[in-house]
Amino acid sequence: MDTPFIPGPQQRKAQAIFSQAIEILITAVVKAMGYSAIVFVIMIFYFLMSEGIAAVGEVPLSVLFSARWYPIEGYYGILPLIGGSLLVTVGATLFAVPIGLATAIYISEIAPRWMREVLKPIIEILAGLPSVVLGFIGIIALAPQLRVLLDLPTGLTALAGSILLGLIAIPTIVSVAEDALDSVPRSYRDAALAIGATRWQTIMRVTLPAARSGVLTGVMLGVGRAIGETMTVMMVTGNAPVMVRSLSAILMPTRTMTATIAAEMGEVAKGSVHYHVLFLIGVILFLISLIVNIIASAMVFRVKKRAERILS
Amino acid sequence: MDKIVIEDFSIEYSDGTESLRHINLHIPANQLTVLFGPAGGGKSTLLRSINRLNDLADVKSTKGQILFDGINILDKKVDVINLRRKVGMVFARPVVLPFSIRRNLTYGFELAGVRDAVLIEESVERSLVQSALWDEVKDRLDEPAISLSGGQQQRLCLARSLIQQPEVILLDEPTSGLDPISTLKVENSLQDLKQDYTIVLVPHSVQQAARTADTAAFFLQGELIEVGIGAELFTNPTESRTQRYIEGRYG
Repeated sequence: MDTPFIPGPQQRKAQAIFSQAIEILITAVVKAMGYSAIVFVIMIFYFLMSEGIAAVGEVPLSVLFSARWYPIEGYYGILPLIGGSLLVTVGATLFAVPIGLATAIYISEIAPRWMREVLKPIIEILAGLPSVVLGFIGIIALAPQLRVLLDLPTGLTALAGSILLGLIAIPTIVSVAEDALDSVPRSYRDAALAIGATRWQTIMRVTLPAARSGVLTGVMLGVGRAIGETMTVMMVTGNAPVMVRSLSAILMPTRTMTATIAAEMGEVAKGSVHYHVLFLIGVILFLISLIVNIIASAMVFRVKKRAERILS
Repeated sequence: MDKIVIEDFSIEYSDGTESLRHINLHIPANQLTVLFGPAGGGKSTLLRSINRLNDLADVKSTKGQILFDGINILDKKVDVINLRRKVGMVFARPVVLPFSIRRNLTYGFELAGVRDAVLIEESVERSLVQSALWDEVKDRLDEPAISLSGGQQQRLCLARSLIQQPEVILLDEPTSGLDPISTLKVENSLQDLKQDYTIVLVPHSVQQAARTADTAAFFLQGELIEVGIGAELFTNPTESRTQRYIEGRYG
């Protein structure tokens, strides 16, 4: 009977100290992990800045913001690259958002259960497809088709990039938006149907607005993925840093910021002007995705605040 | 006169829950019919079949007929939207839409494409008077509906189901979340509404069933055990299962 069933006062005190110590330790570890995300982001930004900021001193701003990218001869105009990225991203968004939302609505609101069970895993597989594979399909299948169909000199255009980036964004949009639609309480749909709304009216006027913040998050995450994507666009957009001057640029080869970094970083001399400019492009890319994310969370936040205001 | 006649109606969900077997029930016009019994007995399922709200649920099979003024509403050719305008429904938890009080009421008109401003304005007042809410909200129709109390929200939902002048009102435990005073208000307005409407109520307690029923139907595990005139059924039921439920022995 060395260990009594009921702990004595001495033992209880020891246990209390021990559990308190564990509590403090776990809190500290979790806190550190939480902060580490912020630290990493700041470190990445610092790394990019430390290499990229030099470019601003080495290259005059008038050259940096010119329309010609030809680093071998000292032309470091990054506007065509920014334009290329925007063009491809906007194209991808226009392609992916309607299809993604329609798919999400179909899966969550219209499809019978067995169909839902088939579709959801397929979409998730699509999300896991390596972008190189998509780029490969783009080169082999999509680009030649586009060339013949639209009678172009080459099928490797911004349009091909947009379509493939759209395919990358769609699974993200679908699965996040579908989750949001799915979490709208059934009572909302019942109430709308009971006062004589058609199924379409219920979806468009009740379910979709109720799921707005989640749907928006899905769209933003999808667009974010499209902006940062490198491999696919490098393979299918033709990689010609041409200034975007009109809408017809969508049918011409273009080059994005990500593709430029990926293609040229391997061959550039470390510490050279070209090297620094590539880092500067990285900084700009970083800022753009930061802005997109801030806009997204601000929109979600505003929607939430409005809902809370009404509910309070 | 029977407004709704349910003939040998059976329904089965694909997961096997809350099915109904061979239900025969006459729901008289301008009366309050109560469907009561322990949970899982199929009361809500029957209610949701009358306005075809079960269409979107996972129903494996339905058999039999539900005749509404002599027309079988389970027929595929029936215009479901039109049916739902004739059969209003109020749910257990008040579902107010995130609009003003007025727009909550007029939303059904909006969906139906009715634009007659005079008709709409009159209907708003009539429906709120009928649901005993008019005096409390007449000065603040443009405030958000969510600012109303729970009892007021439920009466707003009642008003919303009344505004398009349905012929039948279905209520699925409409007072389960309400305090006794609000419950009394809702029950009183239901008694007044009987003059103009046929009411089918799933009450949340036996006491409410006994207080309100003109006709009462007792459901147990998917079967209709007993139907009778309210006053008789609650004082002198013929089935022992009904008797024991009313006495509170189970359920």
